[in-house]
Amino acid sequence: MSTTSTKPQRLRPRRETTPLSRTAVMLLLALSTLYFLLPLWWLLVAATKPFGAQFSGSGLWFDGFGLFDNLSRLSAQDGGIFWRWMLNSVLYCGVGALVGTALSALAGYTIAKYEFRGRGVLFGAVLAAVLVPKVLFTLPLYLMFSGVHLIDNPLAVLLPSVVSPFGVYLSRVFAAQVPDEVIEAGRLDGAGEFRIFRTLATRMMLPALVTIFLFQFVEIWNNYLLPAMVLGDDRLQPVTVGLVGWNASHVAVPPPLVVIGSLVSVAPLVIAFLALQRFWRAGMTAGAVK
Amino acid sequence: MTNLATARDTAPARRAAPRRPGRGPLAAGSRTRGAAGRRRTPLLFWCPFAVLFAAMYLAPIVYAAVSSLFVVHRSGLGLTAPTKVFDPIGNYTHAFGDGGFTSSLGRVALFGVVQVPVMLGLALGLALLLDSRSARAKGFFRLAGFLPYAIPGVSAALVWSFMYSPQSSPVNHLLEPLGLHVPFFSGGTVLWSVANIVTWAWTGYNMVIIYAALQSVPAEVLEAARVDGASALRIAWSIKIPAVRGAIALTAVFSIIGSAQLFNEPVVLQPVSSGAISSVFTPIMSAQAAVAAGDYPYAAAQSVVLAVLVGVVSFVFFKLTNRGEQA
Repeated sequence: MSTTSTKPQRLRPRRETTPLSRTAVMLLLALSTLYFLLPLWWLLVAATKPFGAQFSGSGLWFDGFGLFDNLSRLSAQDGGIFWRWMLNSVLYCGVGALVGTALSALAGYTIAKYEFRGRGVLFGAVLAAVLVPKVLFTLPLYLMFSGVHLIDNPLAVLLPSVVSPFGVYLSRVFAAQVPDEVIEAGRLDGAGEFRIFRTLATRMMLPALVTIFLFQFVEIWNNYLLPAMVLGDDRLQPVTVGLVGWNASHVAVPPPLVVIGSLVSVAPLVIAFLALQRFWRAGMTAGAVK
Repeated sequence: MTNLATARDTAPARRAAPRRPGRGPLAAGSRTRGAAGRRRTPLLFWCPFAVLFAAMYLAPIVYAAVSSLFVVHRSGLGLTAPTKVFDPIGNYTHAFGDGGFTSSLGRVALFGVVQVPVMLGLALGLALLLDSRSARAKGFFRLAGFLPYAIPGVSAALVWSFMYSPQSSPVNHLLEPLGLHVPFFSGGTVLWSVANIVTWAWTGYNMVIIYAALQSVPAEVLEAARVDGASALRIAWSIKIPAVRGAIALTAVFSIIGSAQLFNEPVVLQPVSSGAISSVFTPIMSAQAAVAAGDYPYAAAQSVVLAVLVGVVSFVFFKLTNRGEQA
């Protein structure tokens, strides 16, 4: 199922390298890793410093401990709205990714396993949509939503979020690996087409569906412009929009709170990323082999 | 068995069934009914997606294209409601005469021309290093490089804005012993401060894609080159890089598209940039400024111009890379 397992194994004799080349390669890789981890390290260190000390010193090493105090200040700011933003983000991303994955799976499976009129057009449109900058749709969507009075309504974020051309593309790639014999066997046993999809195909596509869910979850979490435009009421906003609002408020909200809020908002993503890394790779390799 | 043949096998029957239901003997009748049921199934399967896709992707394009053909006219004092007048080229001549918008297009073009090659060069270099036989702990390095992808663009920009802050920049703190001080928010450097955030976020992502493509270079080819006495650098240059051209072209197209929609990073840096980032720094910011000013058709026209330019650049890029591959 996983594309990584089908890679040709490289048989390489070990230890044919010189110490010099080993040192050079490891040094360059270590340097790049420092660059990639520096901002995250700064964020972690700054969030644990006592309140107000976030921007003092070099910023690269711990200096006093105020993480819990910082968290309680974060929770107290503006009546605890930060946690409401977090909840909003989780709801938008969770519901959007769940519905979106179901739609993508069904559409991708149908494109892979059925012949129907318009199949080529549909898949062509999906591929073209993968290549169009998504941000470009946001302004017209905003104008359309204001035309039908969906501004300040969570649906204005959810409806565009559940449509994922990339998800359909991935699901078509993975659905093609469901053997036709399995579908045939299901039909012989008298199962309806939807039942075959629900019980047989989805089970075989499950790792792929997790990948699609993850990609969509992160994409919705990342989308800033759409919620920023369609959700003016700050009680409906996701955490990214809320934090940028705090950051732009100059000193109305103390900047240290933005630092702590940033750490809290990226922590779940980093943990999910580390815990589920094999699913990420499956999606990226499938996306690369076009 | 025939009754349960695949959907593909019964395609002609399915097409005929609804139009001539009474045709043929009884046995064929039951067969067409079963087939007709299957005919509806794909429709029900892909329709939910197709309807939403049409509403959320096709409708906005049509809506933007149509509304860009109307020009908003306001009375001098703004006492009466503005009126819309059909003027198919009005907004477009306005856009190309609007210094803010055209210079924002030039800015992202310059950004793309510099940032995309730098980022892809880094990604290719790191992928080759990871793929080299001297590398150890590959899993760790790949993960560390890919981690920034999991950080939302807005959050990454917030953290970097603190790293850039003139009062507390840890980067300048590190450079201080070398006698260096980087003015991250001066007019000349601010675009590259933005470019650094984008590079930080996406290099690892592109590295993983190129690295995956490198894994499919046949081991025998590499072994043969080694037996012939080719150095690691020579193998990388003459075998590995040509082998992953397709992956590099793919990442390049996605990066060009990404440059065109540059928005999150400059918007986050704007309040702390002390004026170096204007409200029309990028085309998307410019269009959003038009929305804020209430001129929706002008915003739509800017979106259309940007979409057409991105399409043309991607198309030309595809043509160029494909021609190179055939040669």
